[in-house]
Amino acid sequence: MVIKTEPFVLNIGPVHPSTHGVFRMRTTLDGEVIVELEPVFGYLHRGIEKLAEERTYTGVIPLTDRLDYLASMSNNLAYVLAVEKLAGISVPERAQYIRVLLAELQRIASHLIAIGAFLNDCGAYFTPFLYMFREREKIVDLLEMVSGQRLLYNYMRVGGFAQDIPDEFLPALAKFVNQMPRFINEYDRLLAENEILLVRAKGVGILPKELAINIGASGPVLRASGVKWDIRKVDPYSIYDRFDFEIPTGSAGDCYDRYRVRVEEMRQSLRIIKQAMGQIPSGAVRSEVPHLIRPPAGEAYAHIEAPKGELGFYLVSDNSIAPYRCHIRAPSLINLTALREMIVGWKIQDAIIIFGSIDITMGEVDR
Amino acid sequence: MTVSLSGNEVAKQITKQFPEAIAETSDEAILVKSQSVLDVAEYLKSNPELDFDYLNYITAVDYYDYFEVVYQLTSTKHNHTVVLKTRCYDRDNPVVPSVVGLWRGADFQEREIYDLLGITFQGHPNLKRIVLWEGFQGYPLRKDYL
Repeated sequence: MVIKTEPFVLNIGPVHPSTHGVFRMRTTLDGEVIVELEPVFGYLHRGIEKLAEERTYTGVIPLTDRLDYLASMSNNLAYVLAVEKLAGISVPERAQYIRVLLAELQRIASHLIAIGAFLNDCGAYFTPFLYMFREREKIVDLLEMVSGQRLLYNYMRVGGFAQDIPDEFLPALAKFVNQMPRFINEYDRLLAENEILLVRAKGVGILPKELAINIGASGPVLRASGVKWDIRKVDPYSIYDRFDFEIPTGSAGDCYDRYRVRVEEMRQSLRIIKQAMGQIPSGAVRSEVPHLIRPPAGEAYAHIEAPKGELGFYLVSDNSIAPYRCHIRAPSLINLTALREMIVGWKIQDAIIIFGSIDITMGEVDR
Repeated sequence: MTVSLSGNEVAKQITKQFPEAIAETSDEAILVKSQSVLDVAEYLKSNPELDFDYLNYITAVDYYDYFEVVYQLTSTKHNHTVVLKTRCYDRDNPVVPSVVGLWRGADFQEREIYDLLGITFQGHPNLKRIVLWEGFQGYPLRKDYL
């Protein structure tokens, strides 16, 4: 006997632990299988682009913290790079090195959460997550040391930094860099060949290479689909051209590849940190910048390889003290474009991990 | 290093194909007439020497007299980039053709511009508000909103 099923509409979210924030997937189900999906968001829209238009150039920095709040250092970096490009401000060598150190630390912290939350979605309920958080805690301590904050750092400034790093920072960082590879290897040994992870993630939620490029995907999502595209390499900003590192890529573009790429990227980030630590010069951490920055009329776009992908700021100046327009190219938003294609045809429990493997932050999707 | 192609140089190639399409060019950007956006975009994407397969972002700016829509295109094969712009002068009913058919990544971004600046993207398959709710009055990113 065949049991007749009727399409059933189910809202996953907006308030649901596996949506990683306030995000809603309006799904149509046939039994357990998802036959249609529409992402619905905007619940966290704060109008950051509009708010930026009435703040001074420095005053926008705290707003950028609130985009991808798991990687606020990276957001700061992308924004100050855009203002520096717009106003033609140079940055001292020491500050360049500190920027690289902090951005890479932030990448590891963000990837740890991405992996922990992804495994949570897979059903490894909070055990890996807790270990990831234990390691992330060390990074948060380091970032607190320099900025006084644990989540929204607001530390970078146009032309450099608010203040120099404290003396105890580099020894503490060295200790972290020595410890971390052992932890990554340990997790990786436990997880990479884990039967449950393989069954749940291999071949699931495939994003083909052509589609990944066509939707403008970036970051680990794009690289897991086999595209060797990392802005640190293809369009080096700051001083990334001085360091030796690899771009890990996947081949299948499935959830497992996205997980693998993130693990490898953490190792590469540690490589960059090690090199940068050895070369860091002494000197000033901020160039001479007027209190109120008035860039000449014009426009500039600066982008970085943030943990989630290409984070860019498109700024338009009318020669006043506030940006005329501040557009944010948010990787989390654009990586979601193909969510429907990736999920349709899979079951509900797969939808959760496919969504989790993209690794988004709602603060950045909705802005 | 991603090479920024000179707008003037790329515009010369476009003019050969579409003599009427370009309104203005500079080294930084190509300003295209709004009715020709789709033709030019398709040419930029399909020409093997240019091969702009990746759309970095779309955004729009309100300059009171007109809205300017900005596209940044990159080629992942040649690692070069160019900025394409278009303007719409009709403030009450600004319309620009949609490029979703060429770059799917435009989907959410065009909806966001429609949502916040009120520019209609003709040919978009699902043009509705994205971050604000249905029924919201006005377009907050316009300069005369507040």
